[in-house]
Amino acid sequence: MIRLRLGLFLLALLVVAAVLAPLAAGWVGKDPFAPDLFARYAPPSADYPLGADELGRDLFTRLLYGARVSLGVGLATALAASVLGTAIGVLAAWRGGWVDAVLMRLADGLLALPALPILVLLAAMDPAKLGLPRGEAATDMLRIVTILVLFGWVGVARLARAGALTILASDYVRAARALGVTEARLLWRHVLPGLASPVAVASALAVAGAILAESVLSFLGLGIQPPTPSWGNMLANAQEAVFAAPLAALWPGLAILLAIAGCTLVADGVSRS
Amino acid sequence: MAGALRLAALRLPQIALTLVLLSLAAWFAIGLMPGDPVSLALFSDPRLTPEDIARLRALHGLDQPLWERYLAWGAGVLRGEFGYSRLFAQPVTAVLWPALGSTLVLVGSAVAMAAAVGVALGALAALKPRAAPLVDAATLLAQAVPSFWLGILLIIFFAVRLGWLPAGGAPEPGGSALPFLVLPVATIAFGQMAAYARHAAAALTAELARPHITSARARGGSEARVLWRHALPNAAVPLLTLLALDAGSLVSGALVTETVFARPGMGKLLYDSVMGNDYNLALLALLLVALVTMLATLTADLAQHWLDPRLGER
Repeated sequence: MIRLRLGLFLLALLVVAAVLAPLAAGWVGKDPFAPDLFARYAPPSADYPLGADELGRDLFTRLLYGARVSLGVGLATALAASVLGTAIGVLAAWRGGWVDAVLMRLADGLLALPALPILVLLAAMDPAKLGLPRGEAATDMLRIVTILVLFGWVGVARLARAGALTILASDYVRAARALGVTEARLLWRHVLPGLASPVAVASALAVAGAILAESVLSFLGLGIQPPTPSWGNMLANAQEAVFAAPLAALWPGLAILLAIAGCTLVADGVSRS
Repeated sequence: MAGALRLAALRLPQIALTLVLLSLAAWFAIGLMPGDPVSLALFSDPRLTPEDIARLRALHGLDQPLWERYLAWGAGVLRGEFGYSRLFAQPVTAVLWPALGSTLVLVGSAVAMAAAVGVALGALAALKPRAAPLVDAATLLAQAVPSFWLGILLIIFFAVRLGWLPAGGAPEPGGSALPFLVLPVATIAFGQMAAYARHAAAALTAELARPHITSARARGGSEARVLWRHALPNAAVPLLTLLALDAGSLVSGALVTETVFARPGMGKLLYDSVMGNDYNLALLALLLVALVTMLATLTADLAQHWLDPRLGER
């Protein structure tokens, strides 16, 4: 219980940071996008709570705006992956036979592959060749979410399939079938509600995975492009400045750490309760 | 033994099929990447006319449809012709093998260290229940720390502040490789350690409650002997499962860590080739990494069968 609460508290903190980012920027009177070359690598002070980056932009407000990217990518990926994964898992459990075999071999194949090298390759694709605008923050996020969902559904699907198999073999499902309940209603009313707990665990882990993957891709320069701040690209900038401003590397990583710890705690808490 | 052979016979075709599908998917993904070799030449020589470009494209086969180029490429690879790397101006194989060796050294050392520290922590949690919450917290932390951040922090502390170790790169020819290995290995091992600790703790706790342990203790075996001879061998089976499941994440970890430390290896090679539009190298590096990952998984599974013959009977 304490895990769940601590995790939810951390995530709530993050949501507040993301929602209040523009307001907070107003309070401190800093524009996270406006460069100020006189304040390059400014040390932490009353004016710049966490210091300033290589263009003299305020790190604190950029960190808050980074929460929007991380949470946006994490939640969108987890939502899409959960819907897709639950559908695939339930389909595999319900149809069985060759459908089950094909879907689960596909899941096994995706799990066996090294994900990050493939993500790097996919993230380097040119959206312009697919007719999408290039370099916009929103399309960047959509691109990253799409790529992450390609791998993200697997974990959800395996848990959903296992849960659905148990439920489909239970007496109340047999009773419902004997009463002449249609298969669609059976899946919707009797199978899906029983999957809430495993899917919640898998989704929480998917949020953590997506936040980490987004920050890695942005760190490598393949994710969210500057000037939009993301914790990953802030860390990439900070690595360039390990001599000039070593502290700048501390905060974005700490933010990622708290976000991932929050999701892991929630997943742990739900699976234990 | 028969079970292990059957497992290998079942898996190897699966691995081959996965590689074919992956190469196909990656080929088309690469087709969607910005720039081809000729457009790169266009940037470097403004005197090229459109006719020259058309001729160059035809010469390199770039005017053919994507799938025809894939078939030609695939036939070449099956004949053992892996082609050249544009970025390094060398045969692809001459670039790939040294990189693979370097990555295997990095990942191997990291796994050894993660397993040693993780199992020690797990044993501590299993033997001394009072230490368990501490081990729990440590593993949660290790799991949540992003490895590239840890790498940067280690660089800042040990290379910039203290100046004890190099911040990255590769040793001079003939120089000692060890100093360049310490920080990257620590970076990967720290993240991996968490899972080993948790699984070792769970497996050892379950194992220590079993009758043969009580019997060993009753016969007067020392705690160390009970742990080493009676509990650990059985607890090693789930740890091997973990190793099998984690082969993919290890390669991913190597990619990030090699990039952070500018350490030559498969991960950095893959990243550099993708960023440098060297698509032949990128594709073959990806396939090699996938192949090594899947073979590592298979090896761990086979080792598991060898340790626990009951698995083959199912």
